[in-house]
Amino acid sequence: MTVDRPTAIAATGLRKSYGEQLVLDGIDITVPEATIFSLLGPNGAGKTTAVQILSTLIRADGGSISVAGHDLATDADGVRGSIGVTGQFSAVDNLLTGEENLLLMADLHHLDRREGRRRTADLLERFDLVDAATKAPSTYSGGMRRKLDLAMTLVGDPRVIFLDEPTTGLDPRTRRTMWEAIRELIAGGVTIFLTTQYLEEADELADRIALLDHGRIVAEGTSDELKRLIPGGHLRLQFTDPAELDQAARTFAGSTRDDAALALQIPSDGDVHSLRAVLDHLDVASIEVASLTVHTPDLDDVFLALTGRPAETADAEKESVR
Amino acid sequence: MSTLAYAARDSRTMLRRNMRRWARYPAMTVQLIGIPVIFLLMFAYVFGETLGAGLGGPAGDRADYIAYLVPGIILMTVSASVQGTAISVAMDMHEGIIARFRTMAISRGAVLTGHVIGSFLQTVVGLAIVIAVAFLIGFRTNGNVAEWIAAIGLICLFSIALTWLAVAMGLKAKSVETASNLPTLLVLLPFLGSGFVPTDSMPAGLRWFAEYQPFTPVIETVRGLLLGTAIGDNAVIALAWTAVIGLAGYVWALKLFRRPPVR
Repeated sequence: MTVDRPTAIAATGLRKSYGEQLVLDGIDITVPEATIFSLLGPNGAGKTTAVQILSTLIRADGGSISVAGHDLATDADGVRGSIGVTGQFSAVDNLLTGEENLLLMADLHHLDRREGRRRTADLLERFDLVDAATKAPSTYSGGMRRKLDLAMTLVGDPRVIFLDEPTTGLDPRTRRTMWEAIRELIAGGVTIFLTTQYLEEADELADRIALLDHGRIVAEGTSDELKRLIPGGHLRLQFTDPAELDQAARTFAGSTRDDAALALQIPSDGDVHSLRAVLDHLDVASIEVASLTVHTPDLDDVFLALTGRPAETADAEKESVR
Repeated sequence: MSTLAYAARDSRTMLRRNMRRWARYPAMTVQLIGIPVIFLLMFAYVFGETLGAGLGGPAGDRADYIAYLVPGIILMTVSASVQGTAISVAMDMHEGIIARFRTMAISRGAVLTGHVIGSFLQTVVGLAIVIAVAFLIGFRTNGNVAEWIAAIGLICLFSIALTWLAVAMGLKAKSVETASNLPTLLVLLPFLGSGFVPTDSMPAGLRWFAEYQPFTPVIETVRGLLLGTAIGDNAVIALAWTAVIGLAGYVWALKLFRRPPVR
């Protein structure tokens, strides 16, 4: 991570409320050029609101914002000229064909006809949409629509791209394809602001991750930095006989037993040395273990540690509010 | 390119987009032009003879009634067409693509201008068809070229004014269904005016409404220009209504369009 890269997105003290409901409570965001920044949080955390403000769709109640060197308050059109947005909800024209959608974008970016056709052809090729080019997006699969949506965002060659939950609702394979596409963009020097509710996605893609919860950033750092914030790593031993569990619990000091599940958790960073030490102890004491799993800390643990509730529950809870 | 040139190019792009959308979804256009044609034929052939007699002319018959009817049907064509405007604007607002447009450096008004110009062109096509059918079923005019130009000019101005109002209604509508309801009143107004029968024949309260609502002076002016009936101060009142409706619709529409999208 290069520290002296110029800043692509800088926001300080971003606040927004809808009536009584405080959605963003003074968040600060700094994204260096040509990096992927991920705002991670459950539904309703304020991710989409943050994207809508940064992409000029709605006004913040307070705070100062600069995107691609343009002050959002005084030069919103300058910002609009440098960004591309792919929102959570598909932003394609369903009555035009895929190709016409891309050409429409080319026209609105004031490209000349030939350049517009060239970029359209390139993007159709790149996103594997050549066969679907003359069909209406209403006949597309969810993944194809998302790809067309992203392709439309790229027509104007934006320097800063906002991706608001780009893979929500996609099957795992299409998600991988989107991830590949996003990684390719970074190679071209583009800055990406990604929101997601998938911990795995932020982990896979982002250079820096900020955890957003109830309108506040509760933690920020690289994926590894965040994981270091919590001591979540352990080995889990599964038994079939309670007597074996008793014996194992006595053998490993500092372990936590789960009598109902007949399981024992031993704190461990999951490396081979500590794993071998545990196995040796088990051998020496001749304890029968049904199975062993290694649990390394992941962002789920981070989320749980920092918000006091697991990410899934938060999702489910907010899902019902929506 | 200057800002103005960009604005013009963006509006053209949006217009092209709207034309394409209509071509893909022709049912609405056909319906919007079909309704006034059906009303024209129905009133001419079903009610024409009786209503013609009721007009009280020396030899009041179907031909007289067709002459009386056509200006009303022309205005009905305009209001049916702007109902289509409200629907397509509302359809647009409920598609994610408008949010995309808002994050792009395109001329702010281009989306709406594209709708207004497209809608106006659709109205012109509708009017051409309706007037052609009117001539086919025996509509005869004694208006000269200047009078025809004046009549068409007034209809076009009134149509653009109503279109802006319909754009605002389409923006205001919570759903596509409500958008199609809002301008229904506009389609009824030619009936509640001098479009189909003279206002003298109506009961007092309705007559008062019919004489003071905006469609009546426009209909009376068009009728005067095409058939040589008395215009009086109707032309001035018609232009005043056109200006008021157009300006109010324009200001309202822009205000609604600038409003941040609902979450």
